[in-house]
Amino acid sequence: MSDMSINASGLRRDETMERMRLLGLSSPALILVLVIMVIPVGWLFYVSFIGADGQFSLENYERMIKRKSYMRIFYTTFQISLLTTGLCILIGYPLAYFMSQLPQRIANLCLITVLLPFWTSLLVRTYAWLVLLQKRGLVNDWAMSLGLWDEPIKMVHNMTGTLIGMVHIMLPFLILPVYGAMRAIDRDYLKAAANLGASPRRAFWTVFFPLSTPGVFAGALMVFVLCLGFFVTPAVLGGGKVIMVSMKIVSNIELFVNWGAASALGVVLMLLTVAVLWIASRFLNLEKMAGGGH
Amino acid sequence: MKTSIGLTLAATLLASTALAQDKQVTIASWGGSYQEAQSKALFQPAAEATGIAVKEETYGGMSDVRLQVSSGAVTLDIVASGSGSAARAGAEGLLEPLDYDVIDVSSFYPTLKSEFCVGGDVFSTVYAWNTDTYTDAAPQSWADFWDVETFPGSRAYRGKVAGALEPALMADGVAPEDVYSVLDSEDGIERAINKIRELKPNIAVFWSSGAQHAQLMKDGEVDMTTGWNGRFDNAAKDGAKVAYSFNQALLDYDCFAIPKGAPNRDTAMEFLAEISKAEYQDDLPKYITYGPTNKAAYDTGVISAEVAAGLPSSPENAALQLPISLEWYAKWETIADEMYQEMLTE
Repeated sequence: MSDMSINASGLRRDETMERMRLLGLSSPALILVLVIMVIPVGWLFYVSFIGADGQFSLENYERMIKRKSYMRIFYTTFQISLLTTGLCILIGYPLAYFMSQLPQRIANLCLITVLLPFWTSLLVRTYAWLVLLQKRGLVNDWAMSLGLWDEPIKMVHNMTGTLIGMVHIMLPFLILPVYGAMRAIDRDYLKAAANLGASPRRAFWTVFFPLSTPGVFAGALMVFVLCLGFFVTPAVLGGGKVIMVSMKIVSNIELFVNWGAASALGVVLMLLTVAVLWIASRFLNLEKMAGGGH
Repeated sequence: MKTSIGLTLAATLLASTALAQDKQVTIASWGGSYQEAQSKALFQPAAEATGIAVKEETYGGMSDVRLQVSSGAVTLDIVASGSGSAARAGAEGLLEPLDYDVIDVSSFYPTLKSEFCVGGDVFSTVYAWNTDTYTDAAPQSWADFWDVETFPGSRAYRGKVAGALEPALMADGVAPEDVYSVLDSEDGIERAINKIRELKPNIAVFWSSGAQHAQLMKDGEVDMTTGWNGRFDNAAKDGAKVAYSFNQALLDYDCFAIPKGAPNRDTAMEFLAEISKAEYQDDLPKYITYGPTNKAAYDTGVISAEVAAGLPSSPENAALQLPISLEWYAKWETIADEMYQEMLTE
């Protein structure tokens, strides 16, 4: 009895020590998160309630209700994010599937080409699209000299150009998790399906596809959330008519010379993003997705 | 170790007292070729003549001044600013009122200075067109800019309200001298915005920077645009097929202001008086195609007749233009810009 209690207290002491060590080891990261995340976000909330006269006020939020442009800007932001995500899935899924069927060595080479764009600045890639897609750009020039179309097609300074640029930039964020999930699928399942008489198509849709969906959801969520805060690409390729929230934040800082007017937009965007994540978590297991999608 | 710290401290103290006796100012501008021109034409020669030591910095505009003033840590003595943002910052109490007994503005264009900001250079918001697209006749007014029958082709227009409403009203038949009285109500602003709505199907791009509207003309992406004259001159020098007119253009200016609580306020005032003199201002066009704010700069013989003919503030060109009303921007800009954004997002 006494032996056991000594043992138990010893175990408890060890456990406390262990916890303290863990806390000690994680404290730099905790402090970092506190300093660079929690405090600034709290400050953002606080500043968004400060009016132009420096007093507590709801004017920054009232303005967003009163002026129709804010609603439309949020609508555009979510519309572009959804469309970009959808297009990324349509383009990225087949590519990831193709890569997952290749021998590992060749697949790795393909993976490097997918990652290659990351080595070039986002700004450079965005301007490259401008050069390619504009009225007298390469695409229009070639297509017209080949007789594909007679008049230059408007592919940039509008929604089309914005989507092309954003899909190009976001694609790797979708392909990587989808590819990871596909690689993890055991080939024996497909063989078993074939063994039971399923056609390749049936085996894909009933076995492979459902097993790959966690990767798709993880990639889609990442792309969607990243799109919500996009600035450079819509600003350059949207022609000033495609206005996303981040662009309005910048123009409000310049216009009102007042952090509150911009902070309120940041707060609303953040709350909407959290809401999207929360809704997603109702239907999907976020933790499982973050864990690599098994 | 201790002694060396003590020595350093003593040296620092001595140095700061020594500096305090010498006059110095810290000037912030926007960098690039613009600040280089200001530095070569105004700051350096004036520093030499007065013995005031000049420290140059770049900054991000009036939001920086607001931050410094609200935190009580003002380091800048003089800032270069757009006239409109200076007017608003002044109304907000971020700037020192200028002493025009010290700064002699008797030969200035009367509209190119305000209580808080004294003009440094003049530029115009003009309409520019592609000379390959319009070979027979060139647009000569804002009405022509709106006339897509006679001048078919795509347009570019500013993505912000500054300098965007006045042309629309002139195109709608309002005389230049009446533009600001019509704009002095939400109905008047809406009238101007409606005129832009009318042109919007032909506006391919709403530009956001001077570099952008110059590039749009260079690439032939649009056939006509609004923009700042100096940029088109540079684009034309690079081979762009672009021309512009000063007729009905908007005459605007950049200016110098002193932040509230500037550490060397009086020296700054003295320095502003110096760089506002014609003998410095007449050098500015050598480095950038913006005109002097001091009329007398045209009489010193430094600016040739040929150069003057291309500057926004030459007496001939200035007479053709509508000077920007700072009072209007101070009163209406935020409201008007929110209304403008509604039109943009439709």
